[in-house]
Amino acid sequence: MSVDYVLQTTDLVKEFKGFTAVDNVNLNVERGTIHALIGPNGAGKTTVFNLLTKFLIPTRGQILYNGEDITQMHSAEIARKGVIRSFQISAVFPHLTVLENVRIALQRKEGNSFHFWKSDRVLNKLNARAIELLESVGLQDFANTTTVDLSYGRKRALEIATTLALDPELMLLDEPTQGMGHEDVDVVSDLIKRVSADRTILMVEHNLHVVSKLADNITVLQRGAILTEGDYETVSADPRVREAYLGVSEDEVVPGTEADKAQQAAKEEVTV
Amino acid sequence: MQINKTAVALIGLGLVAPFILYPVFLMKVLCFALFACAFNLLLGFVGLLSFGHAAFLGTGGYITGYMMLHVGLTPELGILCGTVAAGVLGAIYGKLAVKREGIYFAMVTLALAQLIFFMYLQAPFTGGEDGMQGVPRGELFGFIDLSDNMTMYYFVFAIFLFGFWLVNRTVHSPFGQILKAIRENEPRAVSLGYNVNDYKWVAFVISAALAGLAGSTKTLVFQLASLTDAHWHMSGEVVLMTLLGGMGTIFGPIVGAASVVTIQNYLSGGELGNYIHIIMGLIFVVCVLAFRNGIVGEIQKVIKRNFGN
Ligand SMILES: Nc1ncnc2c1ncn2[C@@H]1O[C@H](COP(=O)(O)OP(=O)(O)OP(=O)(O)O)[C@@H](O)[C@H]1O
Ligand SMILES: [Mg+2]
Repeated sequence: MSVDYVLQTTDLVKEFKGFTAVDNVNLNVERGTIHALIGPNGAGKTTVFNLLTKFLIPTRGQILYNGEDITQMHSAEIARKGVIRSFQISAVFPHLTVLENVRIALQRKEGNSFHFWKSDRVLNKLNARAIELLESVGLQDFANTTTVDLSYGRKRALEIATTLALDPELMLLDEPTQGMGHEDVDVVSDLIKRVSADRTILMVEHNLHVVSKLADNITVLQRGAILTEGDYETVSADPRVREAYLGVSEDEVVPGTEADKAQQAAKEEVTV
Repeated sequence: MQINKTAVALIGLGLVAPFILYPVFLMKVLCFALFACAFNLLLGFVGLLSFGHAAFLGTGGYITGYMMLHVGLTPELGILCGTVAAGVLGAIYGKLAVKREGIYFAMVTLALAQLIFFMYLQAPFTGGEDGMQGVPRGELFGFIDLSDNMTMYYFVFAIFLFGFWLVNRTVHSPFGQILKAIRENEPRAVSLGYNVNDYKWVAFVISAALAGLAGSTKTLVFQLASLTDAHWHMSGEVVLMTLLGGMGTIFGPIVGAASVVTIQNYLSGGELGNYIHIIMGLIFVVCVLAFRNGIVGEIQKVIKRNFGN
């Protein structure tokens, strides 16, 4: 069997002062897919992202990217290899304009980022490409807006445009739809679907509706360890997953209580 | 556009100023203004608070003094040597400091600056507590005698304009754009593939070299290189100048330096001379508590509010 993996981890562990936040995680992300990483709050999803991009140093384990061991590499180096991440809280440059945000990303490959003696007007030649990217996320009319003034949903869209500017082979998105209203959620998930065309996406997502719509593969994390894996049907049918999300198993729930209501709601969401 | 007009006005002012005010006073203001501009590049545009910039001011001063006194270089070469020496020191200190963040960055720069201070205190060539006295101003390019204060003033003014231009250019360059990104959101800059420490380091070296340029020039003006310039008081004073004028603004450090030098000159002559540190301290407190944006920052806010953009 020859599945082509972009990213693989072997026995990845992260301990914080005796507390194991990531526990022997073996993640296999197939090339060209959208892979969702789900799990309850505090399961260790963001920590996994931080390990993959070396914002945190793994305690043990190995990370392979395109078969190459990147466990010892620095964050910026990993980014230059083509792995670009977003953050759970929106990652924009708030006091730059929307256009400038995208240009910061485009500028890296220009090779002039250390040129302190040149006027920044040389960056204007990147404007056309930047506008194109903004168009792809529907932000072209906001090019000259100061980013801090954008709505939350638009900031997230800008983040995606900035990430796309680097044409990453692997995109890591940490809860791209968190805190959004229904409309924005749909816009952003359509956008993710669109940009997944010729790349791989690994995303953390709480909204199961979005997961069901987008994800080819799902890994469920609980207390740092992988609970189960598979496609949406397999994972959503697993009673342990529901239990993990609610903290109680179905037969323990007393009908009519808060927990029951929450579980019903979750079920509805799962079956959308 | 706005900045260009203001800059032209300032150049005009600088050209006629020595006919109205005492040139030595003006030269002192220009040297400190350059020092503060260099410092502001780090604090205002990268968000790095160095508490050891006196090391670079002092190094520029001593090296230039030594070159003029004992090697007999012309002033432009003497200044170049002082500037390069400060830049090299900045390259070493910067490498050690940029790995740290926040208060630790400030502490590392302070510790390293204290190291160089004690070295200058002990080293025979600096003249210790007495300082390096009788530094000749020499002849610019070998034929323009700088002993005349008017001539010297225009030389200093030219140096200042160069330094000011360089800071400005750096801020508004492709490199400056990355600095802004780092200040705004460092993790995001990293995640886009920028080695942020390298950018901080380059900014540190430019800042140190320009601080050295200010020190070199100051030594020529006063024909003296002394420990005062390398003392941590001086590192604190440049923080005050920058905050008072408005950090992260282009003209703030100039206004701040001019204000501080004027206040000091005024006080040191009068009865209040003994209270100078207390008064400067009070100004510092008021400025931090009430005018967080500094003089220029507050003026800009008022202009923005009343005239839109
Ligand atoms: N730097 C840190 N130091 C100590 N503990 C940490 C650190 N970062 C995360 N943790 C802990 O590790 C656990 C996993 O956190 P993480 O942020 O990865 O969860 P998550 O799955 O992303 O949760 P959420 O859905 O709320 O974003 C939490 O218990 C958290 O408190
Ligand atoms: Mg998280």
